[in-house]
Amino acid sequence: MTQEAPPQEQQKKKIFRTAMLASVVVVGMFGFAFALVPLYNLICDVTGINSLFTQEKRIRIDADDSQIDKSRLVKLEFDATINGDLDWEFQPTQRSATVHPGQMMQTTYLLKNNTDQVISTQSIPGVTPWQATEFIKKVECFCFETQTLQPGEAKEMGLTYVIDPDLPEQYSTVTLSYTIMNLDRSSIVNGGQNDAAKVAELNK
Amino acid sequence: MSSNAATHDDHDHHHAPSGWRRWVFSTNHKDIGTMYLFFALFMLFFGGAMAMVIRAELFQPGLQFVSPEFYNNMFTNHALIMIFGMVMPAAAGMANWMIPLMIGAPDMALPRLNNLSFWLLPAGGLMLVMSIIAPWVGGGTAVTAGWTLYPPISLQAGMSMDLLIFTIHLLGISSILASINIVTTVLNMRAPGMSMMKMPLFVWAWFFTAILLILIMPAFAGGVTMLLFDRHFGTSFFDAAGGGDPVLFQHLFWFFGHPEVYVLLLPSIGVLGMVIPTFSRKPLFGYKSLVWGMAFLATLGMVVWAHHQYTVGMSIWATKYFMIGTILISIPIGLMKFNFIFTMWRGALTFETPMLFAIAIILMFAFAGVTGVMLAVVPADLQYHDTYFVVAHFHYALIPGAVFGLYAGVFYWLPKWTGHMYDEKLGKIFFWWTTITFNITFFPQHFSGLAGMPRRIVDYGVQFTEFNTISSLGAFAFGLSHLLFLYIIIKTIKGGEPAPAMPWEGAQAGTPGLEWTVPSPPPFHTFETPPEVK
Repeated sequence: MTQEAPPQEQQKKKIFRTAMLASVVVVGMFGFAFALVPLYNLICDVTGINSLFTQEKRIRIDADDSQIDKSRLVKLEFDATINGDLDWEFQPTQRSATVHPGQMMQTTYLLKNNTDQVISTQSIPGVTPWQATEFIKKVECFCFETQTLQPGEAKEMGLTYVIDPDLPEQYSTVTLSYTIMNLDRSSIVNGGQNDAAKVAELNK
Repeated sequence: MSSNAATHDDHDHHHAPSGWRRWVFSTNHKDIGTMYLFFALFMLFFGGAMAMVIRAELFQPGLQFVSPEFYNNMFTNHALIMIFGMVMPAAAGMANWMIPLMIGAPDMALPRLNNLSFWLLPAGGLMLVMSIIAPWVGGGTAVTAGWTLYPPISLQAGMSMDLLIFTIHLLGISSILASINIVTTVLNMRAPGMSMMKMPLFVWAWFFTAILLILIMPAFAGGVTMLLFDRHFGTSFFDAAGGGDPVLFQHLFWFFGHPEVYVLLLPSIGVLGMVIPTFSRKPLFGYKSLVWGMAFLATLGMVVWAHHQYTVGMSIWATKYFMIGTILISIPIGLMKFNFIFTMWRGALTFETPMLFAIAIILMFAFAGVTGVMLAVVPADLQYHDTYFVVAHFHYALIPGAVFGLYAGVFYWLPKWTGHMYDEKLGKIFFWWTTITFNITFFPQHFSGLAGMPRRIVDYGVQFTEFNTISSLGAFAFGLSHLLFLYIIIKTIKGGEPAPAMPWEGAQAGTPGLEWTVPSPPPFHTFETPPEVK
């Protein structure tokens, strides 16, 4: 700059620059919140913290019995939960199974729609303790697909799984839990509205 | 300088405008500061009334006065109002009033933005009131999620949740704009000779607060926007049925929520940095270490958020990291406490109301620090998580740490703001009344929490009755004490002994701010020609 601007003008410029810089940070941090979503999923995937993202990996196992670890048995417990107040029935046909790691096993879950509506649902798995998540391999699972049931329809759904022989020794009992969720989300948010009568009842 | 004065005339009036225009169109930092403070005072009573509802319901086991849903809505809104409606606006009001006066600036750097950031507050407040009313006029269920707004429960509430999301947007924009303004003012508007390292501690404290707000508030706004999308636009950020994860919201929330604690705390630390040297009649001990301590505190506060989520199933390494990081926070906090104690050491102490509050804060906040370290330890926290022990901990942190700090600031600067001395006797009565009843309210909650009483539940087991009865009685007396606070403020505004430029016989002569060089109350425009700082 050849000509020195008057101090008032200079200060105005400096104020503008600082305010702009701060605004850029604000916009950036707003974006950062959204960037956290893929970042979080990535971290969960890499570290295997969250079962949601590892279940997608279907595995293929050859009919080869050489990997079966006959030296130990793991107890696998099956659990079923219905999310929210969906009027369905959902339960495992078998409460638990004692299996050798490496052995391919099959079980089924029962699902029944008691409502008078066609409803699509999705099952979300969870493993306890979560450290065992990546060792429960699913060859075929109803949780890979959306389940749509007609009013009153019942269905037996298959699950084929293998427990990885690499499962650390300290886990002798593992629980595999499925939560069934209504995919019709208008019922989730508007559920509040439908409950207005219930609220009025409570607030009386 | 005549040319400067001419450019000044464009937007500044040399005589005060009158009537409602003075307030609605105000670009004057003192008027806007006053409006902020009155807004906060109103919200103090609004949020306080909700606390009274909560304590009345918990006075005895069983359901007495309110429905469980309304109870849950009350503790949700109590927290949101006290944080976003009371502490933050009150601190922002003090920043507006005092920062330009302290650093010798004629006004805030961006006066019109200042007007906007204030007037977004009442809009947000109105939205919040609508959120509370909505369930009664057919808006579905109330927000019962607590101030953390965790999904899935926040996804399931009715229309009041949407209104609450917009409330957070409005209040968030307001505090972002105010923070941009404060950072810009502090960096560019200091009087010649007022270097950064000469600034009063209050200005430094607010500088770090504003930076924290600029970093965290937009991230939180993003998080609640995702909630809104999940509710209405078919996305699945937090909805497990669509492949989302509710725990992600917890991370987003606490990424904002933990630094927010320091947003609430730092302005009050700044007030202590003014009050304690004044009434000790000594300069602040370890000014530089206090500034760096606050910088360290702000930085560390940004990276320890997940200590609120030990129970969600993180890996052992993650919990270890967050545990150690959290315990480290006691270092800068301890440093500040020791600096304040050393400032008092061998000083000529007098015990006016602001000083009494300052000393009480040091004692009671230390208590919150001790329970904080207990809660930071993972295996212990698994036991204390979501019990009344946590409620006791954060009320000990936030009421002395933030609210009493603001009370100290109000009593310290009331003579400057109003030109009248407050009634010292009443001030002292108010101090003892609040401090004692505060402890009666929250001390028993440590015990009920350790005995296993869960928080956020309308009813409790009969074995907790005695603790809760004491707590409720204390809370009613604590709430009542604020009527005296209101009376003192009104009395001081209306009249009283005229305050000199430097009240308390010039005790504050050693503090570095320029606010005491202007008369009390300051004229409508101050420092139109920059003062020279030697």
